Amino acid sequence: MGRRLVARGKEEVMEKLRDVELELEEEITEQIKEDFLPLELTVTSEEMSELFTEEAYAEDIAMMLGRAEEGEIKQGDIERKVNKSGLPEKIKVELKKKLKAVRTELSWEKLDDILSKVVAEYEKAKVDPREAVGIVAAQSIGEPGTQMTMRTFHYAGVGAIYITLGLPRIIEIVDARKKLSTPTMTIKLLEEYASERNKAEELAMKIQETHISDICNIKASTEDKSVWLSLNEKELERRYIKREEVKAKMKDMGTDVQVDEMGDGQLRIHKEGIESFHELSKLERDVSKKLIEGIEGIKRVLARREPGGEYVLYTVGSELKRLKNQKIEGVDFKRTTTNNIAEIAEVLGIEAARNAIIEEMINTLNEQGLDVDARHITLIADAMTMDGEVKQIGRHGIAGEKASVLSRAAFEVTVDNLLEAAVHGETDALKGVTENVIVGQPIKLGTGAVELVVGK
Amino acid sequence: MKKEKVPILEHELVPKHEVLGEEAVAELLDTYKIKKEQLPKIKLSDPVIKEKEIKADVGDVVRIRRESRTAGKALSYRLVIE
Repeated sequence: MGRRLVARGKEEVMEKLRDVELELEEEITEQIKEDFLPLELTVTSEEMSELFTEEAYAEDIAMMLGRAEEGEIKQGDIERKVNKSGLPEKIKVELKKKLKAVRTELSWEKLDDILSKVVAEYEKAKVDPREAVGIVAAQSIGEPGTQMTMRTFHYAGVGAIYITLGLPRIIEIVDARKKLSTPTMTIKLLEEYASERNKAEELAMKIQETHISDICNIKASTEDKSVWLSLNEKELERRYIKREEVKAKMKDMGTDVQVDEMGDGQLRIHKEGIESFHELSKLERDVSKKLIEGIEGIKRVLARREPGGEYVLYTVGSELKRLKNQKIEGVDFKRTTTNNIAEIAEVLGIEAARNAIIEEMINTLNEQGLDVDARHITLIADAMTMDGEVKQIGRHGIAGEKASVLSRAAFEVTVDNLLEAAVHGETDALKGVTENVIVGQPIKLGTGAVELVVGK
Repeated sequence: MKKEKVPILEHELVPKHEVLGEEAVAELLDTYKIKKEQLPKIKLSDPVIKEKEIKADVGDVVRIRRESRTAGKALSYRLVIE
């Protein structure tokens, strides 16, 4: 696919070149051929379309002819000029919008002037080299953190789903915990399911785990050495489960298991070779634990109508991997997330985990009415996912892996760290901040990072 | 049940990944004056690579087109490790 697009792109280039040839006569065509033909076309189709827009082409030719930047400024001119500025995407979009609004009043000089001023301002706003961004990030999250309530749990909407929020949640995230206190998934649905309450609720029941013990009374009978199930019709209906499904699931338990429908609507489960009471009670336990429907580990599922009118499922318990593998119809997996970052890393990869850390932290802070700049949180997420796996910020993660002995010892478990370092004969290069503070040297940060040399 | 693969790259949390050509890698390292090993890492066992969403091997550099809250779009790179 990609190769074909590239090939087509090449054809397009050639076609354009032919047009240009006709238009510009011989003198510059030779030059263009030399410039363009050796181009190895390994760019993606997307980049190709960016590179070879009509405007870009017209511009290049106009430039060669030396008749650029005259007369009226067109939409395309603004587009092209801004694209070449090297500014971040977001600023470009804003700038284009604003420039296009005043296009008729612009002159070429003014346009250039505005652009260079914007670029200069942008350069000024960049972080200085050697600035201690990590400390700034830590303080920026730490200070508002003091205003957070220590123990805040919260309801998710109408239902009784508890979610850890506030400071405990932030700690959970930066500690990269694998076991959360309140794991939950947000399952988005495909269109036809998301718009109808009934369908969303039916799906909710399909995802929620249902064991035999949830839908019937279980009795072990010593008389005929069998387990008797009296199904609760109301529960079956509520959970959209048919009698036949239960029977089929029970038969799955093994070839030596026999399921009979008795006259009074009860199911009798008999297993061959059951002699003792002990064996019978084991069968009873196995039966009651049998999963009839849903995903193991999803304790509850609630369908909730979002402000946009879309029904979304919220769960107690998170099993992203099982949800992905089971492929339940109606679930829009592409928009489904969990608050368990370890699961996201496992199922969707490190980049998704990084995004999830940022989302979760910003949401937690915002929910508490705190506004922390996204850049600080992005930095933390970057540091945590640097090595291709989610690492905690702490003794067993980033702080514990520092190269410097003194720095590690200053952080936590001082004696252990020093002893360990002594045993291995480690050296300390005194390059970091902590080590240099300990030995009383200027730290290599900000102005401390610059050394002056007098003379030549 | 029909086994249909869920393409991970299409998940809203997963940005676009692509393997970088040799020349592009050299250019990247030259721009930042760094060695390959100084790039952030991505594991070979990462779902994006493991489930054959992209073809990458140890030592390759993967370019990631992130959606950035501050910049709109941002490019990032990761070195594939064991």
